[in-house]
Amino acid sequence: MPQWIRACATDDIDEEDLIRFDHAGATYAIYHSPEGDFFATAGLCTHENVHLCDGLVMGHLIECPKHNGQFDYRTGEARRTPVCVNLRTFPVKVEGGDVYIEVP
Amino acid sequence: MAKRDYSLLGSDGARAVETGLAAAEWYHTDVPRKVMKELMQRSDQPAIRDTIILYGCMIAFAAGGIALWGSWWCVPFWAAYGVLYGSASDSRWHECGHGTAFKTPWMNNAVYEIASFMIMRNSATWRWSHARHHTDTYIVGRDPEIAIMRPPAFVKLIGAFFGIPDVIAFFPRMIQNALSGPTAEERTFVPQSEWAKVQRVAILYTAIYAATLATAVWMGSILPLMVIGLPRMYGAWHHIMTGLLQHGGLADNVIDHRLNSRTVYMNPISRFIYWNMNYHVEHHMFPMVPYHALPRLHETIKHDLPAPNRSIAEAFAEMWPALRRQLAYEDYFLRRDLPPTAKPYREDFHRAALGDLPDALPAE
Repeated sequence: MPQWIRACATDDIDEEDLIRFDHAGATYAIYHSPEGDFFATAGLCTHENVHLCDGLVMGHLIECPKHNGQFDYRTGEARRTPVCVNLRTFPVKVEGGDVYIEVP
Repeated sequence: MAKRDYSLLGSDGARAVETGLAAAEWYHTDVPRKVMKELMQRSDQPAIRDTIILYGCMIAFAAGGIALWGSWWCVPFWAAYGVLYGSASDSRWHECGHGTAFKTPWMNNAVYEIASFMIMRNSATWRWSHARHHTDTYIVGRDPEIAIMRPPAFVKLIGAFFGIPDVIAFFPRMIQNALSGPTAEERTFVPQSEWAKVQRVAILYTAIYAATLATAVWMGSILPLMVIGLPRMYGAWHHIMTGLLQHGGLADNVIDHRLNSRTVYMNPISRFIYWNMNYHVEHHMFPMVPYHALPRLHETIKHDLPAPNRSIAEAFAEMWPALRRQLAYEDYFLRRDLPPTAKPYREDFHRAALGDLPDALPAE
């Protein structure tokens, strides 16, 4: 049953950056885009189990810190090798200065 | 410890997967997120400048070599051209393969393809090979880019300064790739979606070398091969000299880059050719930092790293005796002291993975 979980406050993440959020044994990445929007994806790269939270956000791309693979964090689309498998994304909403993600 | 099995299909690789030594979480020096973000920032400007200098010098040196062909005056021109072709292409292949040299993706890809051809590495295969090298750096049976296996094969190492083993290995593999795609070993790290690309690249390389060879035969001169192909041999010495220092004589089967990688201070010309990969511990620990930011990264984390070697000569003086000792005793390696400001080596990580063998990792 999907549920909305508070992940962080909106000002916990700089624009064009991300943070890690762990919940119920799963790890997620929460993004703050240059336009001020928030997004959420799985926290680990699909190439190898590396946390994306240490990577670099460039516009709408997140670059994995280990092998420099890139995803569009808005859609999860794999954009640069060595990543070939898309990243799972999760719905996000902002309420009262807090960021919520819908987790399965 | 039993004799090492470097085959990617062999027992050591399987053991590394079973024990968790493969694809492990490696030690990282703590760097504040704000500082790391600044260090990771991309820029086209430094790499455009360096690429114009590199290709401009190559054109000028090749023109000088061709113009003076037949006299001894051509030798210094070919020597300089060879190093830029046969050695600088290694670092360009490397940095552009990471996608960090330029900010603009097509620039990275263009220089990567040119450099891959010059250094005689299938551009499709080696992108994946290097990803594995970063995942499992010097993990025996997992890392396809271990330059110095144990016991060291000195004849092969010395031949590498002239490109001999690389070139001998490259051409049969190029033909094999052109005919049937990646080899069985290559298929362990190249995803199936890329196999056709490996074959296409190999066909292209084969066509270029065949055309160059045909031109040389038609001219009755090796001059075309002096421009394409042979510089991978007569100009290889610099990238071998610097490349052997990256991990030579240091630990294998560990998951702390401070134990298996070496940072060496180098002269500005070597750093241009090598694109700052002399900061090799830093590069492995944080591969998303571009080459032009590595000196700043070094200043940021050097308190947590072994002291760098102060010159290429000093690094060889440290490494070469260690390699000689590995001839008699494969498990020997150099274990450099950490400064008092550093966190201890995380030997517990790999010792646990290796079954906590107390005598498995002798060192000085």
